[in-house]
Amino acid sequence: MNKGMHPLLMIALVAAVTLCGRVLPTWTLSLATIAAANALISLGIVVLARTGNVSFGQGLFYAGGGYCVALIANAWGLTDAVAQVIIGAICGGLLGLVIGPLIARYSGIFFGMLTLALSMVFYGALVKSTALGGSDGFNVGRPTLFGMSFADPREADFMLYAVAVVTTGIAGIAATILFRSEFGLASLAVRENNLRVEYLGLSANRIISINFVIAAIFAGASGAFALMAQRHIDPQFAYWTTSGEFVFVAVLAGNQSVAAVFVASMALELVRSFSNLYLPNTWQLVLGLFLLAVILFLPRGIGSLWVRSKRGTAKPGVATEREALP
Amino acid sequence: MNRRLRMAVLASAAALAVAIAAPAFAQETFKLGIVTFLSGPAADSFGVPARNGGQFVIDQLNKGAAPSPYEKVGFGGMKIEPVIIDENGGATKQVQELRNLYQRDNVDAVLGYIGSGDCLAVAPIAEELKKFLILMDCGTPRIFEESKYNYVFRTAAHATMDNVGLIRYMKAKNVKMETLSAINQDYAWGQDSRTDFVAAAGQLYPNAKLATDLLPKFGAGQYGTEISALVSAGSDVVYSSLWGGDLQSFILQASPRGLPKRSQLVFSAADHVLPPLGDKMPDGTIIGARGAYGLMSKKSPLNDWLFKGYEAANGVYPVQAAYRMTQAILGLKAAVEKAMAKNGGKKPSTDELVAAMTGLEWPSPGGLIQMKLADGHQAIQPIAFGRTKYNPDAKRVDLVDIEYFDAECVNPPAGVKSLDWIKGGMQGAKCK
Repeated sequence: MNKGMHPLLMIALVAAVTLCGRVLPTWTLSLATIAAANALISLGIVVLARTGNVSFGQGLFYAGGGYCVALIANAWGLTDAVAQVIIGAICGGLLGLVIGPLIARYSGIFFGMLTLALSMVFYGALVKSTALGGSDGFNVGRPTLFGMSFADPREADFMLYAVAVVTTGIAGIAATILFRSEFGLASLAVRENNLRVEYLGLSANRIISINFVIAAIFAGASGAFALMAQRHIDPQFAYWTTSGEFVFVAVLAGNQSVAAVFVASMALELVRSFSNLYLPNTWQLVLGLFLLAVILFLPRGIGSLWVRSKRGTAKPGVATEREALP
Repeated sequence: MNRRLRMAVLASAAALAVAIAAPAFAQETFKLGIVTFLSGPAADSFGVPARNGGQFVIDQLNKGAAPSPYEKVGFGGMKIEPVIIDENGGATKQVQELRNLYQRDNVDAVLGYIGSGDCLAVAPIAEELKKFLILMDCGTPRIFEESKYNYVFRTAAHATMDNVGLIRYMKAKNVKMETLSAINQDYAWGQDSRTDFVAAAGQLYPNAKLATDLLPKFGAGQYGTEISALVSAGSDVVYSSLWGGDLQSFILQASPRGLPKRSQLVFSAADHVLPPLGDKMPDGTIIGARGAYGLMSKKSPLNDWLFKGYEAANGVYPVQAAYRMTQAILGLKAAVEKAMAKNGGKKPSTDELVAAMTGLEWPSPGGLIQMKLADGHQAIQPIAFGRTKYNPDAKRVDLVDIEYFDAECVNPPAGVKSLDWIKGGMQGAKCK
């Protein structure tokens, strides 16, 4: 095993980023919250992608988690941020448990299309449910933390930022440990050759299902964050362009580094926001050029800026193992 | 990737971060965030006309060229500095961009939003940040019926009057409606419009039967099967709240199959498709414009100023969205100047602005706007309907048989939910 960053060091990094929020300008806090939430779901896609399958329908779990949290919040007045994240994660995970084993039998493009189809079915059902506000969605109240409510907008933003960064950080650390574990390496093996994995006595379906559930849990928690940050939910959460954006963050980040997912997500939000401000008529073009530039000049993702490849000197097997390290 | 390129990328990222950190100061100007669709399906129909209207009005106000009572330069002498943002991209993005406008760009107020979902999503955020927000268009009555806001205002009437007014017009013109068919998009605007229209029809046409009730998906573009169903139903009236490209496609596909001859077409919000459709628009269609707007607007110095000025600047006459943007900006101007008259000519604080805007009334090109609902936060306004008639000399669709309805005739009174008001027989409506 190659030497990667020590988990304790990563915890210190997460703490530093969280404290950084005290000095950041207010507007970056909510932007970073959204970026962290998007990073969380994209991290799930990276986890799943290690088995060789890409889900184009993570919006399903994102919306599932979000609606679950929103309905519970409105019905029982549960506003605690941490509880909401856990509820979102559980709802996403439960949906993943139902769908994962069914879909794990497919691979490649069939897998991608099925996930996409399921998320669009969910979208269609949501648009038709006028009790849930139909396509306009509905609002929820402000989140609290351990019984404290935050009247000052900056404090409220910082609270959400801190919870999002810590949660996403923990997920990142967990993912790193997972990638280095036996199970994580077996997932990579499924991508390379699932028949051989089966000959070794492991069930490829089971490995894919478990990774799928992990991705769904991340997506559900991410949906909870998006809901808390914007206090509003609508069926757009489950729409395919939403799912596509998460896949794009994953592509942008590359699979060399977990930290790259966060950087890519933040970069995408910043480029989008500033292009929208300065070039309101052509912001999509700027966004497209940015994505194109990353693909052209950093074909292995933003992560390749600081993770130097040893592909030239090492054996291919070692290189794939390195992919997981931050 | 080589080291030098890598350094260059990192360095430019750092430079960007520094550029971001530089603060912006607003001095004796009024910085106004404007949010409208510049891309996506609603851009051509609503977003771009709204932006053009906004640009025209702001230019005129900054020059002090607007007619009475808006002769003062800008807002009470302060030049207006607009920051225009695209509304496309969903509610998540809008919430983020609204925060950026207030917290990063330090705008004094934000004005805009056409999509109902966007309005619902941004209103609580402005309230929480205690910042001034004007919703200029969006249809849904839910915004103030489900919540209470102090810092949020809507300067245009909600969608209830579009359908109540339409039914009142049909009754006034003795349009026969024993059977009724409807085609609406399957999303909130279409579903809500259909509900309002059917409920209002139930009051004024209690014997009308709903024959075919279709909800194709938003942006369908192809209506072959729907038109077959409507033609074979052959009902007296076909109602639709379709708009933009969907409405154009529907009309272009329905006309050759004889639907306009078989049934009376009534469209709740269709004035914006008249310029692009031209002679393809069947004569005799009953249309609304969500207000007394465009070709249905009443003559006044204020209306002439907007209509002629906009037409000269953009080569096409203004339709509903341009009017709604204009009335929002003029309302904000009236509120700023009222607040300044009270505080001795200083730039008003957000709270002073809120106090001035609450319950305000001001003249606009589309008639008098009154902030009468939701404790003075939701406007009501008059509305007009008419029938299309193509004018080959002017090469444009004219509107004839125009009828005006007072604001209090087609809008619910304060404190009553719109749908309850319609279903309860529209009690308290003051019609001439």
